[in-house]
Amino acid sequence: MYPYVAAEEQVPEVRPEHHQSAVVGVLARVGTILATNRKAVAGLLLLLVFVVGAVFAPIIAPYPPDATLFVPTMGPSRAHLLGTTAFGQDIFSQLVWASRQTLMIGLIGGLAATVLAVLVGVTSAYFGGLTDHTLSVVTDVFLVLPALPLMIVIAAYEQGGGFWVLVAVIVITGWSYGARQIRPQAQSLRNRDFLTSARARGESSWYIILYELLPNMTSLILAIFLGAALYAVLAAAGLQFIGLGNPNDLSWGTMLYWAENQEALLTGSPLWVIAPGACIALLGAAVALLNYGVDEIGNPALRATRRKRGRRAGP
Amino acid sequence: MRTILRRAEFFVLTLWAAITLNFALPRMMPGNPAEAMMAHYQGKLNPTAMHALEVAFGIKTNQSIWQQYIQYLGDLAQFKFGISISHFPTPVGEVVMQALPWTLALAGVTTVISFALGTIVGMIAAWRRGGVADSLLPPVFVVVSALPYFWLGLMCIFFFSLTLHWLPLGFGYDEGASIQLTWSFVRQAIVHAILPAFTIILTSIGGWILTMRNNMIVTLSEDYVRMARAKGLHPLRIMIQYAGRNAILPNITGFAMSLGFIVSGLLLTEIVFTYPGVGYMFLQAVNEEDYPLMQALFLMVTVAVLGAILVADIVNAWLDPRIRSSQ
Repeated sequence: MYPYVAAEEQVPEVRPEHHQSAVVGVLARVGTILATNRKAVAGLLLLLVFVVGAVFAPIIAPYPPDATLFVPTMGPSRAHLLGTTAFGQDIFSQLVWASRQTLMIGLIGGLAATVLAVLVGVTSAYFGGLTDHTLSVVTDVFLVLPALPLMIVIAAYEQGGGFWVLVAVIVITGWSYGARQIRPQAQSLRNRDFLTSARARGESSWYIILYELLPNMTSLILAIFLGAALYAVLAAAGLQFIGLGNPNDLSWGTMLYWAENQEALLTGSPLWVIAPGACIALLGAAVALLNYGVDEIGNPALRATRRKRGRRAGP
Repeated sequence: MRTILRRAEFFVLTLWAAITLNFALPRMMPGNPAEAMMAHYQGKLNPTAMHALEVAFGIKTNQSIWQQYIQYLGDLAQFKFGISISHFPTPVGEVVMQALPWTLALAGVTTVISFALGTIVGMIAAWRRGGVADSLLPPVFVVVSALPYFWLGLMCIFFFSLTLHWLPLGFGYDEGASIQLTWSFVRQAIVHAILPAFTIILTSIGGWILTMRNNMIVTLSEDYVRMARAKGLHPLRIMIQYAGRNAILPNITGFAMSLGFIVSGLLLTEIVFTYPGVGYMFLQAVNEEDYPLMQALFLMVTVAVLGAILVADIVNAWLDPRIRSSQ
């Protein structure tokens, strides 16, 4: 369920960016990635299409998403691009509106999980000793606690979770993967000269972490955010699909839930299942491609070497 | 020795965390879900069963939370998981045992196939940098690993079962068949497992390919590989015995660490295919508010994951002499 990200074996690149805020660092890094990587550009464009669709949903969707106005289970036609549901709703309109919640869960769940991951990973690496030991063990424990069963258990006790329950469940189960990746890189940065000199200047720990350490880990943090956002989207869709979300919410996951509930595949409206799933898949692909680009920037050795084809195999 | 102690600490803590989550979650949640469940089953169960549930979930008791906790731990130590409500009056342990073999078989077979295939492809991709496998497969599988497992399963059902009629829709064996060890039943079981297995392999193989490729690229630039080349060893031997063998190590550790996520995908796939394993039973337990069964399944999945990690640890120590000597 969790997308594999190869960042764990990354060799930390160290280009000290002194006194630069983390935001500027991220933006600069994003710029480099886009200028040099076609996969990342493809991912970003795809993501942009979804964001535009979500923002302008009222203009793009021809009908209100919940209105049960039409003949049920119609095939695609000019009036209904993707046909209608068994309840007589327009599938295309639902699809456009539903993108809002799915994107929000990806954004908020991904951000929250990343913040927690960075917090734990950096604290662990920077302070070392018993703090490090305790936090590392906690991270490992959360990493192996099976995520889906834990999510199901929590959502079940909550009797069908709304948006915030889903976000909470995603953060609880999703932060540890990033924390595990942050720690070794922060550890190796900690003993570099520019951090040692900052300590010698008598800077406070928080200053050093915020202004010296984090700006030098932007590509890893970006990769972790993308991975966490992807995890959030897939996990929320999975939970909603098996009926543990709030079925009255409108998202791609709940669309799939209702489609399965009405046996859409068997009753001749396969588009009801295919369309929302394809959207999740495309959104996931967009994020994964972006992530792949980030990974290649952070670790140039991984780039496909197309031009060197004539050479003897191997390095 | 320190490594072993650290691992032991990790195993004990994980187990303890799972047990304590089981104990604490129903007591912590707002609106007391256990009481809601009891109200639901009022009059349907006999008084002794109701009382057992009250004790298990800490309702109408004058015991302090600590006394309840000690008693809970004591029950678990004796493998007393309580009685399943939806399969009343069967004990939870027995109900779980019905589902376990299905999941273990499916998980075992798919993991082996996907590991072997993924590792080989990843190895070849790194060996032939810039070749077809290297430039095409990684991005393809990055995208595939981002697909929702359950949706991929639904699409497989749509194409292979409903459109082409090649394979059954779901479940573990033909409807009405009784479970027995005959050839015809085993064949049924295999035919029913093909689609779920295919889905799981398709979604999990990408991780193996990618990590193996990336590790292999690192080991290929090591001095010992150059040395092997200089000695004029056969390329296959360098690829497998020199570079591959060393590249596989982090792959196994990485696998152990992402196992929690792999299991999640497996359970979700079972639910889509109504496969009679642990995942499907989990969902049924949730839908029927069978909390004792749900708790036992959560605990069992955790133990299974820990067991797999232990196996990975042992394999790692066996493959890597450095780990053995440090102990």
